[in-house]
Amino acid sequence: MSWTLALPEIVLALSGLGILVAGVLPRRDMTFPCTMLVLGAFVLAGVLVLMQGEGTAFGGQYVADGFSAFMKLLALAGAALGLVLALDWNRAEGLSRFEFPVLVLFATLGMLVMISANDLMSLYLGLELLSLPLYVIAAFARDNARSAEAGLKYFVLGALASGLLLYGASLVYGFAGTTNFDRLADALSSPQEVSAGVVVGIVFVIAALAFKVAAVPFHMWTPDVYEGAPTPVTAFFASAPKVAAVALMVRVLAGPFGEIQGQWQQVVVLASLGSMVLGALAAIGQANIKRLMAYSSIGHIGFVLMGLAVGGESGLRGVLVYMAIYLFMNLGAFAVLVAMRREGRAVEGVADLAGLGRTDPAMALAMAVFMFSMAGIPPLAGFFAKLYVLLPAVEQGFWILAVVAVLSSVVSAYYYLRIVKVMYVDAPLPGFAPRPMGVSLVLAGTGAFTLFFFLLPAPLLAAARKAVAALIG
Amino acid sequence: MNAAGFPILSLITFLPLVGVLVILSVRGEEAVVASNARWTALWTSLVTFALSLVLWARFDKASPEFQFIEQASWLPEFGIGYIMGVDGVSVLFVLLSTALTPLCIIASWEAVQSRVREYMIAFLVLETMMVGMFCALDVVLFYIFFEAVLIPMFLIIGVWGGARRVYAAYKFFLYTLLGSVLMLLAIIALWYQAGTTSIPELYEFDIPFAMQVWLFLAFFASFAVKVPMWPVHTWLPDAHVEAPTAGSVILAGVLLKMGAYGFLRFSLPMLPDASQYFAPMIYALSIVAVVYTSLVALAQEDMKKLIAYSSVAHMGMVTLGIFTFNQQGIEGALFTMLSHGVVSGALFLCVGVLYDREHTREIARYGGVAKIMPAYAMVFMLFTMASVALPGTAGFPGEFLVILGAWAVNPWVAFGAALGMILGAAYMLLLYRRVAFGRITRESLKGLLDLSPREHAVFAPLIVLTLWMGVHPQSFLSFFSATVAELVQQHQAAISAGSRFAGL
Repeated sequence: MSWTLALPEIVLALSGLGILVAGVLPRRDMTFPCTMLVLGAFVLAGVLVLMQGEGTAFGGQYVADGFSAFMKLLALAGAALGLVLALDWNRAEGLSRFEFPVLVLFATLGMLVMISANDLMSLYLGLELLSLPLYVIAAFARDNARSAEAGLKYFVLGALASGLLLYGASLVYGFAGTTNFDRLADALSSPQEVSAGVVVGIVFVIAALAFKVAAVPFHMWTPDVYEGAPTPVTAFFASAPKVAAVALMVRVLAGPFGEIQGQWQQVVVLASLGSMVLGALAAIGQANIKRLMAYSSIGHIGFVLMGLAVGGESGLRGVLVYMAIYLFMNLGAFAVLVAMRREGRAVEGVADLAGLGRTDPAMALAMAVFMFSMAGIPPLAGFFAKLYVLLPAVEQGFWILAVVAVLSSVVSAYYYLRIVKVMYVDAPLPGFAPRPMGVSLVLAGTGAFTLFFFLLPAPLLAAARKAVAALIG
Repeated sequence: MNAAGFPILSLITFLPLVGVLVILSVRGEEAVVASNARWTALWTSLVTFALSLVLWARFDKASPEFQFIEQASWLPEFGIGYIMGVDGVSVLFVLLSTALTPLCIIASWEAVQSRVREYMIAFLVLETMMVGMFCALDVVLFYIFFEAVLIPMFLIIGVWGGARRVYAAYKFFLYTLLGSVLMLLAIIALWYQAGTTSIPELYEFDIPFAMQVWLFLAFFASFAVKVPMWPVHTWLPDAHVEAPTAGSVILAGVLLKMGAYGFLRFSLPMLPDASQYFAPMIYALSIVAVVYTSLVALAQEDMKKLIAYSSVAHMGMVTLGIFTFNQQGIEGALFTMLSHGVVSGALFLCVGVLYDREHTREIARYGGVAKIMPAYAMVFMLFTMASVALPGTAGFPGEFLVILGAWAVNPWVAFGAALGMILGAAYMLLLYRRVAFGRITRESLKGLLDLSPREHAVFAPLIVLTLWMGVHPQSFLSFFSATVAELVQQHQAAISAGSRFAGL
């Protein structure tokens, strides 16, 4: 029994339980110590992931390889940065509770399980372990009607997606005779004998995962949940769980179903096209910056799915690079959103950023960098993200995808520019409340990453290549 | 290593960023910061210019090869390198960029009063991107510089521009981006097809004709917007009118040249058959640009808009010259690019002088300026004459060569270009007459001050250049003759090889 392989997850689960106890027992407010403990647990888990061996465990349910290590580190980094953002925000909003970091920890544990899933059952287990804490933290500002609505909406639609996933999984099991990814791959290795039932099952699984990554046509919940949930929670939603869900999608589609790419490719192509176009067009009219970011994230997922649809070594590497860059620039942009507080209240209109270039030049500069980067303007990191998914698309002759992708990035440049314009051109409003330390830290880190990525892109590319090589051999 | 013995091109490219760092580190009161930012920017750009004079001195004019080459590994896995180098086509544009930047900074000395620090940072970043673009010898590197220009320029127009600056900045950004992303796809396709991104290696690579056509169209989408060619020129008048004076100078002086440079760097040498195939279309568009925008310029009431339309017309001459594929035409196009960079930049500065005093660009609000500001009137007249290509000024040799080259291809094309020259004389002289001569119509004009010493300092180098280029064009033509000769010869060889295969 090679249970030691799953040490990161085990350690994370145990420390979660320990921190829960540590939070309950003392009579004073334990939020800050608990948050620090959770961050420590993330760091520990990260170190353990780095030291993790390769192989499968728990009867083939669990797999550890280069791919899982890469994605786990991204997810842990995203969760940690999200937690840092939440610390000051929750205090200012009067939401300071030690349960919050613990819930984030369990959600992160769910992500790690998902990323290492090698069986439809452990996949489902991880997904639910991720989702349940997310439902709770979406509604964490429980006195706020919009937050409660967000939590409820997310729960109802999330349950629907889970149902779809289970149904798809059971169809696959029924027609292929196994739920283990390796054995599924063997069973499906002769594409001409794939039964319609399996294909239907795959489509259901893709639909459920598309819901989790918020790809068209399963994106409807995104703007409402993003808008309603407390801002740092939105930041968390838009980063770490997305990484985990994309990892899962890549593992499932490129792993066991990789042999029958022809069967599911069109579905992913359509989801990608739809996401890119909708993400570009629907964000234009948004006045609430969180809704705007929701549509923008849909657009970015479209680019990620383009890499997945094209597939192959270079396509999947594009997906991984894109997710890594997107994670950091998105968290940076959300750090600015978290800092948008005026007169003791959080504000979230695009117009509230007016004159930030005068009132807080450093933050405005960082935000401008993130916006230009998301628009894909070189030499910022976002350009390279787009480049590495466009590259395989052109190589493999997916011209429609490539042309739609670049055109939609031009359209989306319009609304990213609008934010820059509001910050630098519009008449200044009174400044925001002083930036909390956590926000400044996240801004500095992600800003430097986004701005200077072009100097040293090779390590990330090499890591992504290794991860993909581990996945598809 | 290269002829200079040290990585001079990288130094010229990235030196302005050092100035940016210095400006960023200045703290204190706003007035102190502003003054520091101005001086730092000026000195940085002057040092950069002085450094770029090394290129002027050490460039081997007899060689058509790339010179001062620097190579470093950047993304070895993808075969993308950091390659810098200049040949006869690009070397003078590096100098043009480094020469215009300090002039722009002096010109904005008093005109820009708000957020001086950010303004100077934007200009220095812009200089880095412009110089980098002319030096890049790797297509991906080229694209990065080419696109990155948009960020500082968007901010310069959007933040420090006129009343409709936001509209103009958006239009500029989105128009250019739309063209460029299509070029990005073409670059990727080229990269995949040839397996390299190094421009010198791509020159050796033969691309099948069907693919050339698509690639040409994609590159064309980007460069035509940037030049700008009719009918995608409409962003230019808006951008020019709304941009601050120095922004207009850089826009007209350098940014417009990027499109024409792209044609010379990519379309002609890499896609010779498609270039030949589409040449008639380019002639037609160029002639329309020359004649139509000249007529439009005649009807303008805003000085900046008039000069903006005249830029479109002059750039029409440039594209015409490039696609004649002969020595005279291409040399004329390159010379026109240079002279237009100097002359139209100077004309925008002339408008800026009046605008700083009267805060209007409307032609009808002026009249009789020559009586009040004699020195200014002299300067303005010189540049007006250069713009109408009077022999002895910078405008003449280039346009003359273009018409000569066009005549060799088709006399009717030459006729269209010559017609444009006549119309050009009409609108420029009309502008000059309405502004400088006639009665002094308004009381407020009587109090105008003539050129200040600072303004003299801005115009003096431009006057010298304009006369130098007009009287002794050979000192500039000699830089690119060898490269152009090589380009023309390669093109002929490729075309004859292509028709031989077509015969099989």
